[in-house]
Amino acid sequence: MEGINAKYVSKKISKTRWRPVSSSSLQQPDIFATGSWDNEDNSISIWSIGENGVSSMDDEFEGDPQLLCEYKHNGDVLDLQFLDQDRIVTASSTGAVTIFRHHHNSQTLSVSKLWERAHHYPCNNAPCTGVVCNSPEIVTVGEDGRIMLFRADQEGVLRTIEKADSSAIHAVTFLRTTEILTVNSIGQLKLWDFRQPGNEPSQILSLTGDRVPLHCVDRHPNQQHIVATGGQDGMLCIWDVRQGNMPISLMEAHTSEMWEVHFHPSNPGHLFSCSEDGSLLHWETSSNTDTPSFLQGGRNTSIISRSAIAPAGGNQSLINAWLTGDSSKGHLETTHMLPSQMLSVNSLDVLGQCLVCGTDGEAIYVNRHVPI
Amino acid sequence: MEEVDVEPTTTPIPGFDSNQKHLGFVWGPGDILVYETIYKASGGSAGGCPFVHEVRKDEDIYSPILRKLFNESHHIFVGLQRIREDLPSKNKKPQFVSISKNYRSVIRACMEELQQVAVYHNDSLGNTLLSLELIWNLCEVLFIDAAPAGSLVLHLLDWVRLHKADVDEKAREVLASESPAEHQAYWDVVISYVLQGRMDEARQVLVKQAALQPAARVMFKLLDNLLMKMPIFNPGETQTLTEFDVKWRHWREEVDHCLQDQSFASNRHLEDICKILVGDEDVLLEYKELLSTWYHFLVTRLLFSHPTVKPTELHYYAQSSMHMFLDTRSVPEPLDSILLAAFEFDIHQVIKDCSIALNNWWFVGHLTDLLDHCKLLQSHNLHFGSNLREFLLLEYASGLFTHHSLWQLAVDYFDHCPEFGRVYLELQIERVPLDTERKALKVIRICEQRQMTEQVRSICKIMAKKALRNNRLGSALSWSIRAKDAAFATLISERFLQDYCAKGTFSDLDLIDNLGPAMLLSDRLTFLGKYREFHRLYGEKRFSDAAKLLLSLMTAKIAPHSFWMTLLTDALPLLEQKEVIFSADQTHELMFCLEELTSGKSQLFTLASLARVKQLFTLH
Repeated sequence: MEGINAKYVSKKISKTRWRPVSSSSLQQPDIFATGSWDNEDNSISIWSIGENGVSSMDDEFEGDPQLLCEYKHNGDVLDLQFLDQDRIVTASSTGAVTIFRHHHNSQTLSVSKLWERAHHYPCNNAPCTGVVCNSPEIVTVGEDGRIMLFRADQEGVLRTIEKADSSAIHAVTFLRTTEILTVNSIGQLKLWDFRQPGNEPSQILSLTGDRVPLHCVDRHPNQQHIVATGGQDGMLCIWDVRQGNMPISLMEAHTSEMWEVHFHPSNPGHLFSCSEDGSLLHWETSSNTDTPSFLQGGRNTSIISRSAIAPAGGNQSLINAWLTGDSSKGHLETTHMLPSQMLSVNSLDVLGQCLVCGTDGEAIYVNRHVPI
Repeated sequence: MEEVDVEPTTTPIPGFDSNQKHLGFVWGPGDILVYETIYKASGGSAGGCPFVHEVRKDEDIYSPILRKLFNESHHIFVGLQRIREDLPSKNKKPQFVSISKNYRSVIRACMEELQQVAVYHNDSLGNTLLSLELIWNLCEVLFIDAAPAGSLVLHLLDWVRLHKADVDEKAREVLASESPAEHQAYWDVVISYVLQGRMDEARQVLVKQAALQPAARVMFKLLDNLLMKMPIFNPGETQTLTEFDVKWRHWREEVDHCLQDQSFASNRHLEDICKILVGDEDVLLEYKELLSTWYHFLVTRLLFSHPTVKPTELHYYAQSSMHMFLDTRSVPEPLDSILLAAFEFDIHQVIKDCSIALNNWWFVGHLTDLLDHCKLLQSHNLHFGSNLREFLLLEYASGLFTHHSLWQLAVDYFDHCPEFGRVYLELQIERVPLDTERKALKVIRICEQRQMTEQVRSICKIMAKKALRNNRLGSALSWSIRAKDAAFATLISERFLQDYCAKGTFSDLDLIDNLGPAMLLSDRLTFLGKYREFHRLYGEKRFSDAAKLLLSLMTAKIAPHSFWMTLLTDALPLLEQKEVIFSADQTHELMFCLEELTSGKSQLFTLASLARVKQLFTLH
C-alpha cells in the first residue's frame, strides 16, 4: 500500500486501461487511458507514468501520471478497451461506439470511426454498457439487450443479435475466438456462439436464489472454462462453464456493487476486484498454507467462503484454490490495496507489476509494485 | 430583520432595461432563474421576451482546478469526522494541527497549479486563494495551535515569512550579481531579513559589505555581534518566559547604548538597523514598502518591542499597527478586517466576514468544522435551529448538489450534519438526473445505506417506468425486485399476460423461465411464472403434472379471474386426451370453478365455448 498516491484529475473516472505491451518485451506498461463520466464534458485521456528504468525499493521520486492528450467524448464512457497499440474503442451512454486513434508523434487523439446508434430503443438511445475486442472484431452490448458485432475496418455492422436479453446486459468477455459470455441485470450468464445463426444463447447459467444483477465478468487467462463474476451484492463467484449451471464457489468480497474483476493476465493465481464501497481487493491463491503474503502490508481480511459444489477431479493445480475458495485445499489471501474512506472505485486494470484504478473522488491511483 | 452589513451587489441582466419592464424570478438551489415579464414598469403590458436567464453566484465550482480542492478537502473532511471522540483533547491537538496543515497544503497546491495556468484564469482567483491560505494559517496559529506567550511571536514570524517569499528571490538575485554589496537592492535585502527576524541570513549578507569597507570593520563587527546575540525564545528549553524576558531586556539595553554612543552614526543603513532592533516605530514605518502589509509591521513591532506578548494583548497591538500603517483615508479591505477580527480572537466575526467576502461556502464550512472539532465555537443557536457549523456545511453541501458531478461529495457532508442533514439529503437526492442505469444504481446504493426506503422506491419506480416505456420488461422487473415493489411487479406481469393473449406466445422467455424466488414478490408474478411452467410441462408431455398445476392455479386463487376462461380453455386439450388425466376429484374441482365463473360476469364468455366446456365435463 505504500507508494500509492492520488492524482486528482477534476473528472470522475469510469474506466482505466493499460495500453498493452508487446509480449516479447519484458517492459512494464507505461501508458494508460482513462474515460470520464457524469461530467458535462466527458473525455477520454491518455496518461504516461514515465520511463520505468531503475526500480529501487525506496524510490520516492516516481512521478505523477502526466497527461499526454485528451479528447472530448459524447456521453459517459461506460467501457473502454485498447484495440491495439494505437486504437481505443469506447462504449458511450449515448449508445455510440467510437474508435479513437492515438497519434504517438503529435500526442493527439482523433476519432477514427463512429457507430452512432449502435444501441438504441425504438424511440431513444440506449447506453452501450460493454465492449470487448479481439482485433479486428469488436463486440458490444447495451441496455437495450442487443449484442452487436463490428469489424474495425468495416463501416457497417457485421452481425446483430436482437432481443438477446430482456434486461440490460452489463458486461461481455470473449471465451474463445467465436464465443462470448455476457452478464445481465437479472443475474444470468449467457454463452453465445457466433458460429450458430439465430438469437438464442447456447447456454444460460445463473445462481439459484436471489437474482442478483451481475456487473462484471472475466475469464481465466489460461483455462477458458473458468470465469469470475461480480455483482450487486459484492460477492465474487467463480464459475466453470462446462459444469452445470451453478457457480463453483462464492466468496464475500465487498459490501456493495463490485464493478470490475480481473484475473492477472500472466499470473492467474492473482485476482483483483474493485467496488462501490471504495475498496480494491487483491486476491491471492497459493498452495502452501504458511505463505508470508500477509506481511506485504495493507489490510488483510478473513474471507468467508462457501463452496457451492465440490470440484470435479482432485488435481492439485492452483486452479483448485479458485474453485474451492477454501483454505483446506489451498490458501486464499485478500489484501486491501487502497486507503480507506474512499468513494467508489469504478475501474481497475493490472498488467505486469502495475495497477491503475480510477474513483468517483476524481482521482487516479497507480501502483507500480504490485506484489505478485 | 437584521440590517444588511454590506450593500448588495447588482448584477445587470443583458438585454434587460429595468426602467421599461418588470423582472420575474424564481429561486433555484444555487441560482436564480430570471425572466422579463410582460408588465411594463409604468403599468400595462406589452410583448414578452423569450429568454430565461440563469444567474449563478458561484462560478468557482465549475473551475477544473478548484474541483481538485473540493475533492481533496472532502477526503480530509471525512477523515476528520472519524477521529474518535473519546480521546482527551490534549492528544488530539497535534492531529488537528496536522489536519489544518493538510487543508492548507491543498490550497497551496491549487494556487501553484493556477499560477502555471495563469492565462486561463485571471489573477483574482489566485489572489483569493492566497488570502484564504493567509487567513487559515493565522487561524491555525492563533486558535488551533493556540501558541502561548513566547512561542506566539515565533509562530507569527513563521506566518509572515511564509507569505513574504519575495525576499529570498531578491537575495538570490543580489548575491548572484557581480558585486553584491553594490547592488541597488542590497540594503533592501539586509533590512528585509532583519525585519523578518532572520538574523543569520542578514549577517551573511552584511559580511559582503563589511569586506568592501575595511575601515569600518569595527562598526560592522559590532553590529554583527548584536545581531548574533539577539535572544530568541526556545520553547523546548527549560528557560522560562521571565528568564527570557530578562535576557532580552539586557540585550536591548546593549543595543540602545550603541545607539546613544553614536557608534553607527557614520553609516545611515547600519544606524537604521540598530534603530529597528530597538523597535523604533518611526524607522519601521520608513520601510513601509519593504514591510508592505500592516500585519508584517505588527509582527516586526512585536518581535522587537514585545516578544513576550500574550495572546490576549494581541488585539491592542494589531489595532494600533493597522492604524499607524494604513493611510487613515483609505477604506480597510475585507482581508484587513478579517485578520483584525482574528487578532481579536473573535472567531465568529472572522467567519461572518469571510462568508460575506467569498462567493462560496467552501472556506468557512471547512474552517468552522475544524474549529468546532477543537471545541472552540460556543454552541450558538441560530434562528434556523441548527448550530453555526451545521448551517455552513449544509449551505456548502447544497451548493455542491447543484453541480452535475460533485453531488456525490455533498452526501458525506450531509451525513455529518446531525440535525438537518438527512432531510436535506432526502430532498436533494431525488433530484439527481438519472441518465444511465449505472448512475441510478449508485444513487440507490447511497439511499439504501442510509435506510431511505422511500427514495429507493421512488427511484426504482422511475427506472422501471422508463424501462417499461422502452419495452424492456426484464429490466423493469429487476428494478421492481430491487425496490420490493409488488404493485409494479403486478403491472409488469399484466403486460406479459397481455402480450401472451395478443400473440399467443410468451416474450422474454429467458426472464420468465428463470424468475426464481423473485416470483413471490407479487401474486400476479407468481401466476405468470407458474403459468409458464404449465406450458413447459405440457410441452414436455408431463400431462398429469401439468394438470395438477393448472388446477392449483385456479383453486389457490392465484390466477386472476379474467384469466380463468383461458385456463379452462387450456384444460380442454387435457380433457380430450385418450388417457385419463384429471381424477374424479380434480374434475369436480374444475366443474366448481366453471360454475363460479358462469355465475359471475357471464357476458365475458361466449355461450358457445361455455356450452362446449360444460359438455366436455359432463361427458367425463
